[in-house]
Formats: sequence, C-alpha cells, structure tokens
Amino acid sequence: MARKDEVGRRGEDCAAEYLVRCGYTLIERNWRCSQGEIDLIVARGGDVVFVEVKTRSGTGYGHPFEAITVAKLARLRRLAGAWCEQSVLSARHIRIDAIAVIARPGQEPLVEHLEGIF
Amino acid sequence: MGLARTHSVALIGLAGSIVEVEADISNQLPGMRVIGLPDAALAEAAERVRAAAKNSGTALNSHKLTVNLSPAALRKHGSGFDLAIALACLAADNIVKAGSVAAVVHIGELALDGRLRPTPGMLPAVIAAARFGFETVMVPAGNAEEAALVPGIRVVGVASLRDALIWHGAVLQPVDVDVLHATVEEDRADESLDLLDVVGNDEAILALQVAAAGGHHVFMLGPPGAGKTMLAARLPGLLPDLGTAASLEVSSIRSLSGRPVGRSLVSRPPLEAPHHTITAAAMVGGGSGQIRPGAAVRASHGVLFLDEAPEFGAAVLDVLRQPLESGQISIHRANAVAHFPARFQLVLAANPCPCGQYGVGDQECTCPPNARRRYLARLSGPLLDRIDIQLGVTRVTAAEVRLAAAEGRLSTAVARDRVLAARAAAAERLAGTPWTLNSEVQGSWLRGRTTRLAAPVTAMLDRALERGGITMRGYDRILRVAWSIADLTGVAQPGPDEVGQALYLRKGLAS
Repeated sequence: MARKDEVGRRGEDCAAEYLVRCGYTLIERNWRCSQGEIDLIVARGGDVVFVEVKTRSGTGYGHPFEAITVAKLARLRRLAGAWCEQSVLSARHIRIDAIAVIARPGQEPLVEHLEGIF
Repeated sequence: MGLARTHSVALIGLAGSIVEVEADISNQLPGMRVIGLPDAALAEAAERVRAAAKNSGTALNSHKLTVNLSPAALRKHGSGFDLAIALACLAADNIVKAGSVAAVVHIGELALDGRLRPTPGMLPAVIAAARFGFETVMVPAGNAEEAALVPGIRVVGVASLRDALIWHGAVLQPVDVDVLHATVEEDRADESLDLLDVVGNDEAILALQVAAAGGHHVFMLGPPGAGKTMLAARLPGLLPDLGTAASLEVSSIRSLSGRPVGRSLVSRPPLEAPHHTITAAAMVGGGSGQIRPGAAVRASHGVLFLDEAPEFGAAVLDVLRQPLESGQISIHRANAVAHFPARFQLVLAANPCPCGQYGVGDQECTCPPNARRRYLARLSGPLLDRIDIQLGVTRVTAAEVRLAAAEGRLSTAVARDRVLAARAAAAERLAGTPWTLNSEVQGSWLRGRTTRLAAPVTAMLDRALERGGITMRGYDRILRVAWSIADLTGVAQPGPDEVGQALYLRKGLAS
C-alpha cells in the first residue's frame, strides 16, 4: 500500500469515527460501482449522507477542501444517484458532505466537516 | 463566520457613485465569487486578493467567500475595488474591526505581494466619496497626493494591504515596502510659447486677444507658413488661470484619462491638438465597457485646436456641434450614459485649397476650381455658423520682419493682463445675468432695451443685414465680438470703430 493511500485510509477512519460520535450510523465504506467510489455513506434520522473525505498531512499544498473540484462534485452527485438506485434503503433526504482531515505527523488529527456542499 | 461590508467608488464618466462591498463567509467548499456585474478585470480581483492577503501575513478564510458589489445592477469596471474586497473579506473573518472598515471608502488595486498600485481616476472617485458624506478615504500611497487635493475629506495613504490592516486594528508586524508610484509622463512645456515670437499678423494677434477675452471660437484661414499653428498654440497662454471648480474638473478629467495629476491641481487651461485622422469616438470619448473621455472633453476649460480642419472627417467635425451648443458631451451606451463637461474654445485652422497657394500674391494655385470649393465646403455651415471670429491670415512679408525687429512687440504676459481686465469688465457688466463671458450672452439681451447700441453705431451692420451679407444670427455674433473688443480696449460701450472691427473679424474671409 502506497504511503498516500495509507494517509487517506487513516483519514477515512478518523472521519468515520467522528461521524459516529456525532450520532450518524455508518452504512457503507468505500462503496464502489463502475463510475467510481464514495468514501463514506452514513445515515441519521432518515437522511442519507454521502461523504467525501480528504486527508492531508499538512497544508503545504493548500487546504484539503481546495482539492474538491467542480468535476469531483459532479461525480459525487452521479454516484449518489447510482447508490440510491441500487439501494433497498429509502432515503427521505440525501445530502453530500465533505470532511477534511489534517493529520500532521505526531499530532492529533484535525477534522473539519462541511454539510451540504451543493 | 461572518459578514462585513465596506465602501468603494464606481465611476461612470466623471460621476462617481458609492458601491457597497459586502463579504460573506459561508460553510461551503473553498472559493471566492465576486458578484454584482463585475467586468473581466474586476472578476480577477479574487485571485489578486487571495495572493495579496496570503503575502500580507493573513491568508483568507478557507471557506466560501461571496463578495457582492451593490447596487448589483450597476456595471463596475477596473481593479480599483481590490482593497475594498480584501478588507471586507478579512473583516468578515474578524481579522480587522468590521466597524472601522465599514466607515471608510477604500480605493486601490492590489499587487500580488500585497502592495497597493496607483489607480487611474482617483481624483473624481475621491470627490464622489466626499460628496456622499464620507469622512475618510483610504487610497494607495502613490495616489495620496492626488486624493489630498479634494477638500473636506481625510485621506489615508497606505503602501500595502498589511499597512491597511494595521490601520484598521489588525495585530500584525509592520513591514516597510517600496511605495509603488505611477509612471510619470513629462508635461509639455507650453509656458515657453510667447506671443513675442509671432512676427507680423497684427490683426491675428488682436483676434486672439478678443477670442481670449470673450471666449469666442476662432477660424483661421491662410496659406501654409502663415503662422496659423503658431498663433493657435499661443491662445491658452492668453487665457486666465482656471478657477477652483474648473481646475478640479480639468484635473479630474486628467486623472480619468490615466495621466498623473501630481501634488497640485492643474491651474492652466489645457490645449488639445488632435491629429486629423482622429475618429469621432476618440473626439468625444467612448468605449464599450469603461467610458473614457475624448479629446474634446480633455480640452474642456481650455482650447481644442484642429489644424488642417478640412482634413478631419465630416462626422468628426459635426460631433462637435453638441458640445459647442451645450458645453457638455453625453455618451450613450446600452448600459449607461456618461456626461462629460466639454466647454472648450474651438480654434480651427485651414489652408484655402488643397495645394495651399490660393490667394497668395506671387504663387500660382494649381487646384481646379471645384476642388477648391469642395475643400472648404467640408466644414459644414452649421459648424462655421457657431464660430464668431473668422479670419484670413497672410504670410509675413520682409518689411514686417524688419519692422518687428524695430518696434516693441506684445508679450503674452502683457496680453494676458489685458484679457484679464477685459474679462473683469465683462463680468461686472453681466453681473445679475447667468453669463460671465460675451460669447455666452444671448442675442435678445444684446438687442434689449438697456443694452442696445445706438443706431449710428450699428449703421454699418444694419446695412449689411439689409443687403443679406449677414444673417440675424451673424448680426448677434458680431455684436458679441464688438463688446469683447470694447472690453479689451477699455471703452464702456462699442462705438462704430469696434463694430467695424468686429465685422472685419467675422467677414474677413470673404474679402
């Protein structure tokens, strides 16, 4: 496993932990289909939330959120549609969130959560 | 997470309006969006502000920044909003005090290193800020002298965004930077042109003084080498210094054209001498986005000199008819109307024919008669009708050169004093009327009960009118010039001599 994948993996763990602490239930991790992958899918009170997690070990290359481009957002939206189609769960509302994890070596990771990034 | 606002100025022509710059930070992916009809240069402000803020020690917030320029329906141009946008964003992020930022008008373009660049149009923008009742304006240090010319408003010149933030209460270490200055363009030394240089052409020199005293437009016709250009270039020297309002207007136009204003207002009347290939748009001003002043506007309160007038395009000459009538130019575009002042004194010079030799004693004109006729016909009747003084200028003879060396000649300083005295006399007479110059006075007033000249004085004019040599409008114009001549010679009222001279200055071409 490459180092960057490891960082990303750890970031997703952090994000999942954080969401569970906030009262969400984890539905899927790294759900894949032919169009791509959704990092985390969680639910709370009838809302299904698709979460894109971005992890950086510093802000030297900019804030993690800056790496979420318009193209990536559009793909997330398509993926959310694809997931809803194949799922047995019926969602009252769906939402797309972003979580940034800044995991500086030797420090407690910093988690930032943006709700409804459309 | 917050909201903050500050102010800046948008210019349409010379008129500025206050623009409220609001910044909002919202929980969204990072980004910055400028809304409120910005043009391309202004939409790029986002990148400049982001880099400048980072290099001033306070990076912008990493959430979504929405910047709104209100009134949202007014189109905004240029880069002068950068400082206001940066400060609104940083105030929304609580880096500077929102109250302090909101009370100040900010104008200036940011460099990527956070320094402030001088911005064209500073003078009219600061005038607008003062007119709308703001007490403080923050400008680039390179423009501070220009902005300080406006009375009644406190000017804060800052060299960089960091200085601006510190002024508004941010906790930052001051860093000394080199102030960015506008590139300075050398001024034409028009004070060196003296009437003493003109040899002969006494009636032309008189005509210039009359024109300066009464604010009359002048048309000079003569062969090449007669000294028309030389004479015209000396007219601004005869005009009195500009008054406060006029000099503020001239300086504002200068600032709007992107020329440096310096530390004092322009006090001498400007001279604009456009080349005859000029287009109508360059003459009055134009541009699809930002409406810029043209040559006629830059000549406001001064002299617009059109050398080789028949070579100008007919459309170019005719666009001058509106400003000659109303003293103002209105430029209409789909999204805005800009009004510029254009109360200039028009000086036209022309050769009598394409080869230029027609009417010269010992030279043969080679032009066919119809070419000659067509040449001067390019100056339209309505345009020439607005020109009070029409004068033939002849070449200087050897005798005149010898005479000029012998006798004392009139210097610009002496002539200007005469003009000043004449203008004072006219202003005194016209006190209580809306006019200050003889050229502005209406014909009905000239022929009114109290100011009417006695019948013997105007006998020559009445005869010319009866014979059809002059029109009623021409009659009034001659009366105006006669009054200017009377003011210049210091007599209380024009006599037959003054009227005769005025008739000659009007009809001197026909002879």
